[in-house]
Amino acid sequence: MSASKGLPVAAARGAEQVAGHSWAPLVILVLLLLALAPAFLVEGYRLFQLTLAVIYALAILGLNIVTGYNGQISLGHGAFYAVGAYTAAILMAHFEVPYWATLPVAALVCAALGYGIGFPALRLGSLYLALTTFSLAVAVPQILKYKAFEDWTGGVQGLFIFKPDPPFGLPLSNDQWMYIFTVLVAATLFILSWNLLRSRIGRALLAIRDQPVAAEAMGMNLAQLKTRTFAVSAMITGIAGALSAIAVEFVSPDSFSVILSITLFVGMVVGGVASILGTVFGGLFVVFVPNLAEDISKAAPGVIYGIILIAFLFLLPTGFAGFLRRLVVPLLRRRRSAQAMSSNGR
Amino acid sequence: MLNRRSFLAASAATLAAPRILHAADTPGVTATEIKIGNIMPYSGPASAYGAIGKLQQVFFRVANEQGGIAGRKINYITYDDGYSPPKTVEQARRLIEQDRVAYLFNTLGTPTNSAILRYVNQRKVPHVFLATGADKWGDYKEHPWTIGWQPSYRTEAQIYTKYMLEQKPDAKLALLYQNDDFGKDYVLGVRDILGDRFDQMVKTASYEVTDATIDSQVVSLQATGADVLLVGATPKFAAQTIRKVYDIGWRPMFFMTNVSISVGAVMQPAGPEKGVGVITSAYQKDATDPTWKDDPGMTEWRNFMNKHMPDADQTVGEYVYGYGVSKTLMQVLRQCGNDFSRENFMKQVTNLRNVEIPTLLPGIRVNTSPTNYHPIRQMQLQRWTGSTWERFGNVIEGAQI
Repeated sequence: MSASKGLPVAAARGAEQVAGHSWAPLVILVLLLLALAPAFLVEGYRLFQLTLAVIYALAILGLNIVTGYNGQISLGHGAFYAVGAYTAAILMAHFEVPYWATLPVAALVCAALGYGIGFPALRLGSLYLALTTFSLAVAVPQILKYKAFEDWTGGVQGLFIFKPDPPFGLPLSNDQWMYIFTVLVAATLFILSWNLLRSRIGRALLAIRDQPVAAEAMGMNLAQLKTRTFAVSAMITGIAGALSAIAVEFVSPDSFSVILSITLFVGMVVGGVASILGTVFGGLFVVFVPNLAEDISKAAPGVIYGIILIAFLFLLPTGFAGFLRRLVVPLLRRRRSAQAMSSNGR
Repeated sequence: MLNRRSFLAASAATLAAPRILHAADTPGVTATEIKIGNIMPYSGPASAYGAIGKLQQVFFRVANEQGGIAGRKINYITYDDGYSPPKTVEQARRLIEQDRVAYLFNTLGTPTNSAILRYVNQRKVPHVFLATGADKWGDYKEHPWTIGWQPSYRTEAQIYTKYMLEQKPDAKLALLYQNDDFGKDYVLGVRDILGDRFDQMVKTASYEVTDATIDSQVVSLQATGADVLLVGATPKFAAQTIRKVYDIGWRPMFFMTNVSISVGAVMQPAGPEKGVGVITSAYQKDATDPTWKDDPGMTEWRNFMNKHMPDADQTVGEYVYGYGVSKTLMQVLRQCGNDFSRENFMKQVTNLRNVEIPTLLPGIRVNTSPTNYHPIRQMQLQRWTGSTWERFGNVIEGAQI
């Protein structure tokens, strides 16, 4: 009985996957065009905000890979963000490296750092790991002020850099170009992450999160996967940090306080743990909701923000992505069963 | 669209008086309104300073009720940056590009203002009377659209050094400072006064914010045989220094930065009896000091607070500060006459002559010029008696540099 019913469904799924694959480039293209549209629709300040939202979304994506998908709680991703930002700023300010060339360097530096942090992470359980990474977030702003690095980091003064001009003499403003550049970088990383998380490795990450013992029994190399996940995660967040330095044109230790790590964590939970699409929403949330809270009350914006946050978690306990899933999945299921029916009928 | 608008404005201007041209040209200034932007940490680690913004909202509302400026209402728009520099950039752009404010006023914090310094100067938006004590806002050559208000740490150090030379012309000065922007301003200030004599008269020691104690620095400074000590340290280290200096039996002429003179946060933890004789400085009246019970300036301030902010805690120094700096802005706006263009506004900001502000100590006046971007450069010394700070001597002025 189960076989006769299971078969058509599996077949339908297969068909859908095939269809999905042929549609995928088109869907991606449409989404990309939609994402780029604001560059020509909104001006200056709003565009800058959207640029920040995309950057935060990317940073949250990094966090989501290690925490959402792999179950290693990190409260210290602000540190990788800071290191990425400073890598870009130091290269641009002291070595006059072009802005685009700083991203691969920031990626490498942060990946190496993430890999290093990944090792103690192997031995630490979830809460202890959270604390360890948190201490990293606390330490980084002070390390950035440290005298020995001052010639490089600018100490408490921070570093100034210049926002890049559009290339090839394109008729765009700096803000427009920065937005387009950010969206293109982010889109590339989102697509790569999507591929990674849908692959064998992605499934392994989930398995390690949910059933580490079983995963290991099935022959997965836990140590290797966990440290590499940490490296990839730190790399993506580091690239986001580098982009933020270029967009804001300034870095200083105070730009990367502990609050930043918490902000990224909040963005991840609100967007949806273990969801790629959710991170985009998380990015928008952390940029726009504090302003909204402030518009409601200047006396206690933190309280309003807290209330909005609690309301969100109450109404959308699985984050924005979970909410979407709840909306969309029943529709898909209905379609699937309809398809299954029709194929049965045939 | 924009072209047409500016064309219309231009043709209207040729018909009307030239003054209207300025009014139409400056963003945020209309015949009935002047928009002024502000950024404060209403949330986050420095949210105590948010009190300044709260007072200013009330202050400008009351000013409008009393008729405003040149027939215009002041529209004071203030946003929260949580003391985070990237957020400050976002909020500054929101104020300038979206709300189209005419000027930025009293934005708070050194790192936060650093982040927007270049942006506002590129756009030539007045960025005036910043709420920070760093000295770099006085650099009129590098950033002519930015100016501070309160005496900088550097000015403060100049004042201590002047007093020291007056009392002990051949003093040996030990200088203990925090190794950052804040602390280094004290080294600069001492050097401003001593010049070539610095190396011969001064021994320095610094500490990192991350250090556990400054005991070893204090001991080694005492060993140099110095008879004057100047400390540029944040409250925790200031308290440690006062205690250590006393405990090792060192009795120098002891100057302490006025950042670290809180009774609760510094003098009590150090031991009030150990700090007797420590000298610091002040430029505004202390709301808790009974000396000012019948002072007209403080009565004006107290009446304002009682009438318009009856629930506010009047011992909070930020309210006195916010009132004084807002008064200074009002003076500038009055001097603008009917021309509120950014150029004229800046011209008036740098053209303040002996302006008296009710909350400043008697004798201290606000002075600026196109080559003096330090509005307040006078202070009066005060000494710890074991229970309170007691002012003494005349108002001393920092160096002209």
